[in-house]
Amino acid sequence: MIKAAADGIKEVTPPLSDADVASLKAGDRVRISGVLYTARDAAHARLFPLIEQGKPLPIEVRGQIIYYTGPSPARPGAVVGSIGPTTGGRMDKFTPALLELGLKATIGKGARSQAVKDALRRHTAVYFGAIGGAGAVLSQFVKALEVVAYEDLGTEAIRRLEVEGFPAIVVNDCHGGDLYEDGVRAFAREDA
Amino acid sequence: MREVDASAIVDAIKKLCMEANYDLEPDMLRAFDRALTTERSAAGRQVLQTLKDNARMAQTKRMPYCQDTGVVVCFVELGQEVHLTGGGLDEAINEGVRQGYTEGYLRASIVRSPFDRVNTGDNTPAVIHVDVVPGATLRFSLMAKGGGCENRSKYKMLTPADGLEGVKGWILECVRTAGPDACPPLIVGVGVGGTFEKAAILSKKALFRELGSPNPDPAIGAIEREVLERANRLGIGPQGYGGDTTAFGVHILAAPCHITSLPVAVTIECHAHRHKEVTL
Repeated sequence: MIKAAADGIKEVTPPLSDADVASLKAGDRVRISGVLYTARDAAHARLFPLIEQGKPLPIEVRGQIIYYTGPSPARPGAVVGSIGPTTGGRMDKFTPALLELGLKATIGKGARSQAVKDALRRHTAVYFGAIGGAGAVLSQFVKALEVVAYEDLGTEAIRRLEVEGFPAIVVNDCHGGDLYEDGVRAFAREDA
Repeated sequence: MREVDASAIVDAIKKLCMEANYDLEPDMLRAFDRALTTERSAAGRQVLQTLKDNARMAQTKRMPYCQDTGVVVCFVELGQEVHLTGGGLDEAINEGVRQGYTEGYLRASIVRSPFDRVNTGDNTPAVIHVDVVPGATLRFSLMAKGGGCENRSKYKMLTPADGLEGVKGWILECVRTAGPDACPPLIVGVGVGGTFEKAAILSKKALFRELGSPNPDPAIGAIEREVLERANRLGIGPQGYGGDTTAFGVHILAAPCHITSLPVAVTIECHAHRHKEVTL
């Protein structure tokens, strides 16, 4: 579900429909509330063969959002440590297969491949950017955390997060829009 | 000879690991403030403000600035009059890293082998570079180096004919291709000259200089200034959302090299520029 808030920021709550995703444009600021699943390199490397063999995954991805992150350990009494995004491009190899299963969004930082951008259009999905390196600030928006798969991977395990008002921005929408390309176009000076 | 016990090294390294991750250096905080006054992009200013808030929160909550608490890169200046007792140098540094990362709630990000990729669980081992120097002191310059930006570091063997313009062009190419992936605003460490490995080590060492202070050689300082200005005209901006603040600094170290060679190594460092030094 997506609603526009009074301050112009879009409130995003998974599960997301095609219509929800289609309403998002590159550069839109969003606040996400509800469930996010964390997965990065090692978890993707385990999910991928399951997808290839048509086996069930340990999480239901349809309509959901995957956050590329490996949090730092929580101090006693805290929900989580620092939890900012990791580079999305390293997951490019795995993303189209997850989108085909109905995953609607990923959150990371950094550019995606053309193959991923094409898959975002084909499957009506979106790539959000969170501020890389702002792990302490972003930890405030995480209200609950539970390891749901691959606990042996430590920081790379799949975690189920409950977030409230998690801030992000649309980097790649499902219409071909790309915030990074728009940004450089707007600010590059010819004599660089 | 002056005797230094390994336990003093363990304690010093442990403290540096924690402080580097919780307390960004004042030169970085000043860089955020300065960029907030010059950045034209609204999205860019919002990123810079968030990073400033993040630094304050990390410091007060004793929580790492970034969840990627890095690989520990440790430069050691070992005075030749120092006699280590109670254990080896590498062993003591790694024990300090182990204790700092475990007790400081810092992330374990190192795998024991690039092939089987099993996490060592305590962020060891560190990457250690030792120079033996005159004197009776031990100096440790420690950096918690993030992986995302390290992945965008590059090396090129230019030819003498490529010259200075070739060097400038290659540094800018590295900044451009690092793009949004390496968490700009960046600090760009450059090693020019030496050999393949010497240039790479210099590019890391260059990052320890205080941000904004030029190379003491005015000719190199002028190159740093020019490349920084041009990098900030690329338009990448904070987090790659577009803007004028793509890099906070370009630091170059140069070394003599072979008549055939012009090696240039570029270490890309993100705004989570975590480094601390101590002298024992």
